[in-house]
Amino acid sequence: MGEWWTTGPIGTSVGNYEISNISHVTMSPSRQNNLASMYSSLPLSYNVLGAFCTEDNIPQCVSYINQELDALGLSTCIEASTPRAAGLNSVPALNAMYELMQIHRRHMSSLEELEREQLKKSSTLDHVQMNNSRLKDQLELSMREKSGLHETERQLQLKIKTLQSCLKTEKDEVQKLQSIIASRASQYSHDAKRKEREAAKLKERLSQLLVDRKDKKLAIDVLNCLGRSDGKRSHWRTAKATVGHEGEMYKSLLNDYEASQRTLVLENAELKKVLQQMKKEMIHILSPRKPSPRGATADDSQEQANSDGEEKAGDCSRETLDQSCEHAREQLANSIRQQWRKLRNHMEKLDSQASLVQTQLECNQELILRETHEDEMERMRREVQQCKEFIHAQQQLLQQQLNTSFDDETAALLNDCYTLEEKERLKEEWRLFEEQKINFERERKNFTEAAIRLGREKKAFEEDRASWLKNQFLNMTPFTDRRRCSSSDGQSALSIKSEPEMRMSSTKTPLVKSSTYTPFSTPKPSLSATVPSTTELYRSLRLMPDSR
Amino acid sequence: MNFSEVFKQSNQLCKVSPDGKYLATCVQYRLVVRDVSTLQILQLYTCLDQISHMDWSSDSLFILCAMYKRGLVQVWSMEQPDWHCKIDEGSIGLVSSRWSPDGRHILNTTEFHLRVTVWSLCTKAVSYIKYPKVCQKGADFSRDGCYMALAERRDCKDYVSVFVCDDWHLLRHFETETQDLSGLEWSPNGCVLAVWDSCLEYKVLLYSLDGRLLSAYSAYDWSLGVKSVTWSPSSQFLAIGSYDEKVRILNHITWKKITQFEHVASINSTKAVVYKEVEKRTAVGSDDLSLHNITIGTTLFNTQSKYEICPPPVQIPVVKPDPDRANPKIGVSTLAFSSDSRYLATKNDNMASVVWVWDMQKMSLVAVLQQTSAVRCFQWDPRRPRLALCTGNTKLYLWSPAGCVSVQVPAEGGLQVQSLSWHCSGDSLILLGKEQLCLCYMDQEDK
Repeated sequence: MGEWWTTGPIGTSVGNYEISNISHVTMSPSRQNNLASMYSSLPLSYNVLGAFCTEDNIPQCVSYINQELDALGLSTCIEASTPRAAGLNSVPALNAMYELMQIHRRHMSSLEELEREQLKKSSTLDHVQMNNSRLKDQLELSMREKSGLHETERQLQLKIKTLQSCLKTEKDEVQKLQSIIASRASQYSHDAKRKEREAAKLKERLSQLLVDRKDKKLAIDVLNCLGRSDGKRSHWRTAKATVGHEGEMYKSLLNDYEASQRTLVLENAELKKVLQQMKKEMIHILSPRKPSPRGATADDSQEQANSDGEEKAGDCSRETLDQSCEHAREQLANSIRQQWRKLRNHMEKLDSQASLVQTQLECNQELILRETHEDEMERMRREVQQCKEFIHAQQQLLQQQLNTSFDDETAALLNDCYTLEEKERLKEEWRLFEEQKINFERERKNFTEAAIRLGREKKAFEEDRASWLKNQFLNMTPFTDRRRCSSSDGQSALSIKSEPEMRMSSTKTPLVKSSTYTPFSTPKPSLSATVPSTTELYRSLRLMPDSR
Repeated sequence: MNFSEVFKQSNQLCKVSPDGKYLATCVQYRLVVRDVSTLQILQLYTCLDQISHMDWSSDSLFILCAMYKRGLVQVWSMEQPDWHCKIDEGSIGLVSSRWSPDGRHILNTTEFHLRVTVWSLCTKAVSYIKYPKVCQKGADFSRDGCYMALAERRDCKDYVSVFVCDDWHLLRHFETETQDLSGLEWSPNGCVLAVWDSCLEYKVLLYSLDGRLLSAYSAYDWSLGVKSVTWSPSSQFLAIGSYDEKVRILNHITWKKITQFEHVASINSTKAVVYKEVEKRTAVGSDDLSLHNITIGTTLFNTQSKYEICPPPVQIPVVKPDPDRANPKIGVSTLAFSSDSRYLATKNDNMASVVWVWDMQKMSLVAVLQQTSAVRCFQWDPRRPRLALCTGNTKLYLWSPAGCVSVQVPAEGGLQVQSLSWHCSGDSLILLGKEQLCLCYMDQEDK
């Protein structure tokens, strides 16, 4: 149909009028507006449609329309009423138009429906979108809530843990207290039982005593009263004595306090001395050699501190005089603290300087420093070596000088002369010692001999006395002659017996000693067997009771 | 080191006279006095009954023998063997008897601690002291023998009476701030009296000679408290051992704690030397099994032991005491200072086989001696820092700062050493078994 359109605009005015007439005839009033709006919206097309059918091309138009109707599926055909007539068979044409209108109406309704559907769908879409956004907001909110709840849950868990640990400690404490209570309770019950047992015994004894009633009197039975241990007579207990006791007691207490105070004072003085020494040394360390690379203010403070220190050193002498003065003690302590602080600061500075120096290790400056350091070391080592050689040379020269002036003998003599005096003294002392030892030995021998002699004489005397008494006694009887002979025998027998007895007693002790020690380890070096021990002597002199 | 032969004794009653010359032992009802160096019997006395307690007077001239069952005390003289003295307490009974420091009075404590009777041997006079306290250590004499402190209890309150030993005049009588006084001890210089409470309350009170309270010390509340207290010989320190396994040292100037020693189960200190006793059985060769050797004897089956030095850390075996029993076996029960106050030896009851030696100058642990069985007794040499200990077997152990040695006691039949005591000169040791005793003479050079 495109060709028709191009020829359209030529005969528009005529076509318009015709088409509009046709449209007015067939249009139903209900659709008028729609169609009018449709038609008004397509004014051009009607112009074209007007161009479609003209007086000339009616059969072509008719056939074309028939074709189109066929294509649409409509059966009615349009015929021309007469060949070459401008009119048409109105019935098929009207049917065709009616069917076309039906089709059109159906299309319009479906269009409407579609539009309605589309509206509905768009509104549902809007609704759904709104829902979606609302739900998203809700979701976010709930997520936030969830995280908040997580947080609170965590905090509560933490609190639970701390409370649990508190509970555990409390439980432990309770257990400990319980065990303490248990041990105390067992101790108490033990003590109570003991006391009860004792009370029971007491009651028993009391009842026994009440029954017995024969009270054994307590008494002391001494052969003879003893003297006091210190040999003096015992005093009456008087008021003066009691006061004397009080005085004694206080005296001993005071002595003790004074002694402890003395030791404390000494200790105090020593410690003060040590502190002052420390202070002096600290001042010494801090003051002279400090290089002070910093400003003048540092120097000033240093000097002031020095002068302070010196002032305090001056104070020290005064301090030593009044040692017990609290003020002086505080002063000393404060000055020590000050010096110590300075020393510490100095050390810290040195430390930082050293660390700085270390950090500059990579720089060239460091190499130079080390080199100079090493040069210094070398120089010092050389100096030391030189000094050593010098000293050695001096020593040698001195030795040579000494040696050349004297020959060997006198040199040896000189070496000896220092010790000569001591040797002489020692010899003298040894001699004296030897002499004394000999004297002592001699005296001891004398003493023992005297003791033995005395013992022997005593025994002899006893024998004599015994025999004399016996004689006296026997003289009173008629059997004198026989007795006298036997008594003299007896006497001699007795005297003979005494000698070996003495010797036996003196030799008995070493035997006993050896029997004590032989089965076991090395015997203890004891007194020699030839001279009797002092205990034996005492025994023989009856200063000690005899062994049985 | 030499050992004497073995003698009989009963009741662990064996004492050297204070002047060091004589050794008195009790065998049933006999009192045997020997010379210390020769061990010859010098005197033999017979008492009326089995002797429960025996002691020398301070001047070594008299010996008292107490027979508690009969309520009798007999006193014997060394100078005059015929001299006799018999004190009969009568129906009132006797639980303890002791000399006064002047050697002329005897203090008898009657049964049930009703009173203390003071008998004078000079004047035959009698004095009474009422209400003595029944406790661990209720009476103590000062070292110079001038004063006696006696604990008393009246109306549920504790008192201390200080008597002048010269004439038994009551010098001071004061109440103590204790709940239940358990013991008292004079300081060696005689100026301070330490008084401690029972184990239910940790309290140590220090009183001056004239009865003023100088200081009170309490380390903690509620748990069981003080178990043992001892003074250092120089009176500078007071060592308090307690049930919490610690020893606290107080100083004599401020009476405050200067340090505490803990008995830990695992020792990490590198400065302390830990000696562990190691037993090894002697290998017996077949040719040794002659009859002679077997009869000589139990030495064949005795185990040799020596000390090994253990490097730290060392674990100490701990025995947990029964929590339900009273007086549990836990805590520091024995403390002893060496004579120069330089060392302190302690024993903790739940580590019963270990002796700990602490240096008082450095206030730290110096040595730990771990034995194979529970330590029964230890004592310092009175002259030098040398500690002797025994564990109930046939060995004697000695520790000195130079080292530690274990010596087998060569006694026929095996003497199980239950307790020991030094002679006052520090030259010999008396070893007591159950029914036997043996003397050990040390070498004269420092060992």
